[in-house]
Amino acid sequence: MSDLAWIDAALTSARPQAVGALLRYFRDLDTAEEAFQNACLRALKAWPQNGPPRDAAAWLIMVGRNTGIDAARRAKKQAPLPPEALISDLGDVEDAVVERLDGAHYRDDILRLLFICCHPDLPPAQQVAVALRIVSGLSVQQIARAFVVGESAMEQRITRAKARIAGAGVPFEAPGPVERVERLSSVARMVYLIFNEGYSANAGEARARSPLCGEAIRLARLLLKLYPAEPEIMGLVALMLLQHARAAARLDAGGEIVLLDDQDRALWDRELIAEGLALIDKAMRHARPGPYQVQAAIAALHDRAERPEDTDWPQIDRLYAHLEVMQPSPIITLNRAVAVDKVRGPEAALAMVEPLAERLSGYFYFHGVRGALLLELGRTEDARIAFNRAIALANTPAEAAHIRLQLDRLMAGASGP
Amino acid sequence: MLYAILCYNDESAAWSWSKDEEDACMARLAVVQEKLATQGKLGPVARLMPTTAATTLRKDREPPLVIDGPFAETKEQLLGFYVVDCASLDEALDVARDLAKANPGGAYEIRPLAVFRPGDVAG
Repeated sequence: MSDLAWIDAALTSARPQAVGALLRYFRDLDTAEEAFQNACLRALKAWPQNGPPRDAAAWLIMVGRNTGIDAARRAKKQAPLPPEALISDLGDVEDAVVERLDGAHYRDDILRLLFICCHPDLPPAQQVAVALRIVSGLSVQQIARAFVVGESAMEQRITRAKARIAGAGVPFEAPGPVERVERLSSVARMVYLIFNEGYSANAGEARARSPLCGEAIRLARLLLKLYPAEPEIMGLVALMLLQHARAAARLDAGGEIVLLDDQDRALWDRELIAEGLALIDKAMRHARPGPYQVQAAIAALHDRAERPEDTDWPQIDRLYAHLEVMQPSPIITLNRAVAVDKVRGPEAALAMVEPLAERLSGYFYFHGVRGALLLELGRTEDARIAFNRAIALANTPAEAAHIRLQLDRLMAGASGP
Repeated sequence: MLYAILCYNDESAAWSWSKDEEDACMARLAVVQEKLATQGKLGPVARLMPTTAATTLRKDREPPLVIDGPFAETKEQLLGFYVVDCASLDEALDVARDLAKANPGGAYEIRPLAVFRPGDVAG
């Protein structure tokens, strides 16, 4: 790895902590980001000569603080004095090092930085975009590319989201224990959103979006470092590792999405799977199950099967039953029906699926699953209608193509002897 | 004399590597390891999972206490190790320098082995 690449990695990894601390000092997101930028510029000059400092984040916080103070002093000549809180909080640079040792501050800084991105007024896509900009430090261009939108549109989206965050007021007081748990769960949800932006990408966009999965995993590992004994955070990291492990097999040469049953399992990343399994193992010891842990356990059962037919469907059925209780949702019931079909047959599965019709009538996957079950039961005409509904609702060419394949098989069967 | 070369670095910076950077680094390290192996100097090599996968058993009390996470919160973490057979500390340092060229950043601790049982677990 070249020196510059190494410095780049060090700056990226120090960013959440450094921007989080600078936000606490300056109480203004733009000032904090600018101070961090200036500190990075100095790092790029100083580190190649002097070598990287032992604690990159502490260095960046100290230098960022000084440049922020300088900027505030310069501004003072032209503008009215900054509010008292801005200056009174700026002690001697020495205490930056002392504070660095205070683990609680450091955790709350990073959590706060992630938490302000989860503002409930922001639609999910904006939460994700603003977190990638502020916490991960991706450029607007990189984010625009990942969302497959124009750069100026993304710039606007992020600016608007940041204005909304600033208008909402950043919660600077240290959170109490209950609040901390609530923040952590909002942040976990947002991190999983980032992952899904990368994971559920449709064909053609998938390659551009896949770095989002890596970024979400990086942020989730950071959370787990801050909260090493939280089984749901272990579950979240495990879930993403176990899903991301299949990334190389999820796209064919043409960039089309390959469904789980058809994937070349030799392409799955064994290292990521091993780490995911290790984390679930750790989480289970706490005997405090939650939705991320259960979803991770389901992903693990898929990852453990060397061939699709080796999949432990009875256990997947049981896990979905737990998930239905924890997080009732028609989508989870629909997923469970797929497992029930393998365990107890299409009749039991269809009985589970039919009551969902009203809530899921606009959902591609519902009609696809229903069609497959009807086909299994020999109700070909009903199956054909369901498949046609599914094709009409397909979000991607790959989804439509998959259903069409089933339809073709159906027609071939119908015209046969 | 057998030496352990213990690899320390900031694991969160290592997570910030791109897949390409990581692959390139692993390829460079493979060259160095290959050379050591042909000289008969290379013993076991291990790369550890991140410290988030670690669990610690505190055995200074009864019953021992199980804690999530690594033994110590440090800026740099133990990421893996090599065992090499070298005639002298100087030679072990040369090996470490070669590895460092392939994988800069962080530190190697070179530590002589007092007892070594290669064991027979399959990798």
